[in-house]
Amino acid sequence: MRRPWVGGGSLEGHLGIFGCPRIYSSTFDHPWLGSEQIHFFADANVIKWWSDRVLSLAMISGFFMVIYLGPIMLILVMTIQIKCFQEIIDIGYRVYHSYELPWFRTLSWYFLICVNYFFYGETLAEYFGALVQREDSLQFLVRYHRFISFTLYLAGFCMFVLSLVKKHYRLQFYMFAWTHVTLLIVVTQSHLVIQNLFEGMIWFIVPISIVICNDIMAYLFGFFFGRTPLIKLSPKKTWEGFIGGFFGTLVCGFVLAYLLAQFQYFVCPVEYNSETNRFTADCEPSDIFVMQQYTFPFAVQNILTWKTVNLYPYQIHSVVLSTFASLIGPFGGFFASGFKRAFQIKDFADTIPGHGGIMDRFDCQYLMATFTHVYIASFIRGPNPSKVLQQLLVLQPEQQLSIFNAMRDRLRDRGILPPAAM
Amino acid sequence: MTELRHRGTTENDLYQQSEDKGSENEGKAEGVSESETKPDTGLPEVPVPADDTPEVLNKALSGLSSRWKNWWVRGILTLAMISFFFIIIYLGPMVLMLIVLCVQIKCFQEIIHIGYSVYHSYHLPWFRTLSWYFLLCVNYFFYGETVTDYFFNLVQREEPLRILSKYHRLISFALYLTGFCMFVLSLVKKHYRLQFYMFGWTHVTLLIVVTQSHLIIHNLFEGMIWFIVPISCVICNDIMAYMFGFFFGRTPLIKLSPKKTWEGFIGGFFSTVVFGILVRHGYSFFVCPVEFNSDHNSFEVDCVPSDLFQLQDYALPATLESLTGWPTVRLYPFQIHSISLSAFASLMGPFGGFFASGFKRAFKIKDFANTIPGHGGIMDRFDCQYLMATFVNVYIASFIRGPNPAKVVQQLLGPHGQPQVTLLGTQRGGQRLAPESPGGVGEEVWCSYEQEHI
Repeated sequence: MRRPWVGGGSLEGHLGIFGCPRIYSSTFDHPWLGSEQIHFFADANVIKWWSDRVLSLAMISGFFMVIYLGPIMLILVMTIQIKCFQEIIDIGYRVYHSYELPWFRTLSWYFLICVNYFFYGETLAEYFGALVQREDSLQFLVRYHRFISFTLYLAGFCMFVLSLVKKHYRLQFYMFAWTHVTLLIVVTQSHLVIQNLFEGMIWFIVPISIVICNDIMAYLFGFFFGRTPLIKLSPKKTWEGFIGGFFGTLVCGFVLAYLLAQFQYFVCPVEYNSETNRFTADCEPSDIFVMQQYTFPFAVQNILTWKTVNLYPYQIHSVVLSTFASLIGPFGGFFASGFKRAFQIKDFADTIPGHGGIMDRFDCQYLMATFTHVYIASFIRGPNPSKVLQQLLVLQPEQQLSIFNAMRDRLRDRGILPPAAM
Repeated sequence: MTELRHRGTTENDLYQQSEDKGSENEGKAEGVSESETKPDTGLPEVPVPADDTPEVLNKALSGLSSRWKNWWVRGILTLAMISFFFIIIYLGPMVLMLIVLCVQIKCFQEIIHIGYSVYHSYHLPWFRTLSWYFLLCVNYFFYGETVTDYFFNLVQREEPLRILSKYHRLISFALYLTGFCMFVLSLVKKHYRLQFYMFGWTHVTLLIVVTQSHLIIHNLFEGMIWFIVPISCVICNDIMAYMFGFFFGRTPLIKLSPKKTWEGFIGGFFSTVVFGILVRHGYSFFVCPVEFNSDHNSFEVDCVPSDLFQLQDYALPATLESLTGWPTVRLYPFQIHSISLSAFASLMGPFGGFFASGFKRAFKIKDFANTIPGHGGIMDRFDCQYLMATFVNVYIASFIRGPNPAKVVQQLLGPHGQPQVTLLGTQRGGQRLAPESPGGVGEEVWCSYEQEHI
């Protein structure tokens, strides 16, 4: 009789009575049942399947709770970023057996702090402008921010060069490169997520929910209808799951966008109110969050007998986001699967029982965060007027005057300003 | 030593457990890790470059012993490179940009080539194509950002350029994503690890080579002097440190580079600082920001030199006054900046060189390539320049340059009408009263802008 929970794990999934494709190993740790109790049950697959689902629900509820708590999400994003970084660096250490290399852990964490300092400084200077102007020390830090960040990074670089030990050159260079690629992936994307958050919490919630939804939908469709394998890299994925997930995500995204677009709390850009020292999301919703009427083309009109439909323009944007999440998001998952196979690991870590590490949950999110950011920059948001204004007010008076005249003439030419507007 | 051998064995076990056990590549990679444990044995994985000194030089120097021959070859090539440097400066900004691009491509090629040789990954499907494709994508992204900033008028006139510039980030991201998906689809069962290594290698190389070369181009646009002086300082430091080390060198500096000495280091530091002070440029060709004149479709360097390049009187502190007998000294403020640039080049530049030396020792290669006889590859010449370029860019942004008025004007003269009127109003208001919190004014602008925008 096959006892999948005994012995070393294999990379190929073992299917139990529910076709549950989970992998077992002797180190499987159940949160509340000891290993003896597991052996006792006839098919541990059932227990595992339910505990997976319960944990998924717990994570989703945790997600919604954090949303309710508001922009405290900054801290959450930071925590997740640190955990992902730690997981990937840990893998690097194990692969290269470089625990005993001098300085290496210190240097990796130091570089993480440097890069985060740089990015947070750039973000803070933009969004906390009023607070920064008040405090002198902050002003100094902001003005020379790039220089200070560069100096900090250089110090780390010099420490690396000085720490090169004769027999371990290659390993040390590998770990250096590993650290930098990890920083490139993890830290830049998490800052894009934070920038999306500042655009409006809806730009944070909807992409993440869409990716989660695509994961779940693809899994369910694959579970019930799955037959044709999708890619050799991930034998558990199927075409039926992929296509079903695509349509399911479209619908979910559409509905979610409709639900969230009604609330100012989600829709408004997050601002830092320097008087009350809190974040607020309070404004007049922009046009994409105002219900509009769209006329159907004739062909669709004949089928549906509706002439027009009331939609938020944001729902159309959410269709684009859902399409991206369903079509390209899985490539992030394949990349992570390839990475795990390349380094012969089953999961990134064991942080979440049944799901692996934090990185396992977030591998598809990274591409999505970048796409959302690029999408907002290209289609939604124009240049930020307050930023431009800040730059203007720092210029010399003569320059300000010449810009003022140039703008006034330009607006007059375009007929926006009446000729005698002065 | 035994501990290292043991590490090598456990890595072997790791390989044997995998499904890739039989693959030839894993065996070779295993061989690579084996040689790590025995640092003295093992051929370099990269083929030793053959000596291809030009025939002319060989004939001319045939009479000398090999040590002096090497010295002369290096000397002649150094002079040739410096003359080439001056020629291209004379030719102007356009040629400089092209040269920077060529150097960047060559450096990238050299480093990728080393990666291929180390990992024996010539036969990996798609890999060369993908590396070059990523280079193209990242260059497209960076050049697009630069072009949009500096060629604003030209871009606004031509319709296809305008669309490319408006959706630039999206297009770059789409191009990069295509490469990413191609990579995922090209993963072959037995070569996963190698492919991920090469992917990581490519990205780190791009990070180093491409970003720095774009910082150099940004510096160039500030004014050619910000391009010439840093590069000259690094070259001068190289040469001076070599001379001082050659004549006076005794105490080794760092185990990593046994040829470097403390005497060379300190001598190089002082001579580079002196060189920095001696640099005096008043010609507008060098000190003016480079601009693109859309009427003539050419670059021009024409302006009133900024305050940095006007002679000013500095009062010497009392001690120096008594030493030299001069109460004040006339200097360009730029010379003071160039002292900090020289100091950085002498103190930190060598760390770039040590990094490259460590890299070469790690992968057991003598030079990056054999492009320049006597000197190695292009990367060998440029390894100290990279840190310098970043430093100069950060220095300019922090200490020299305020916001660029041209750039701010571009943002203002964008397509939306309503926010410009509001900004106009606030600007007028702002000019009448001294604004204490631009952020506060910005908030009301933001909301009215939001109403306008669709």
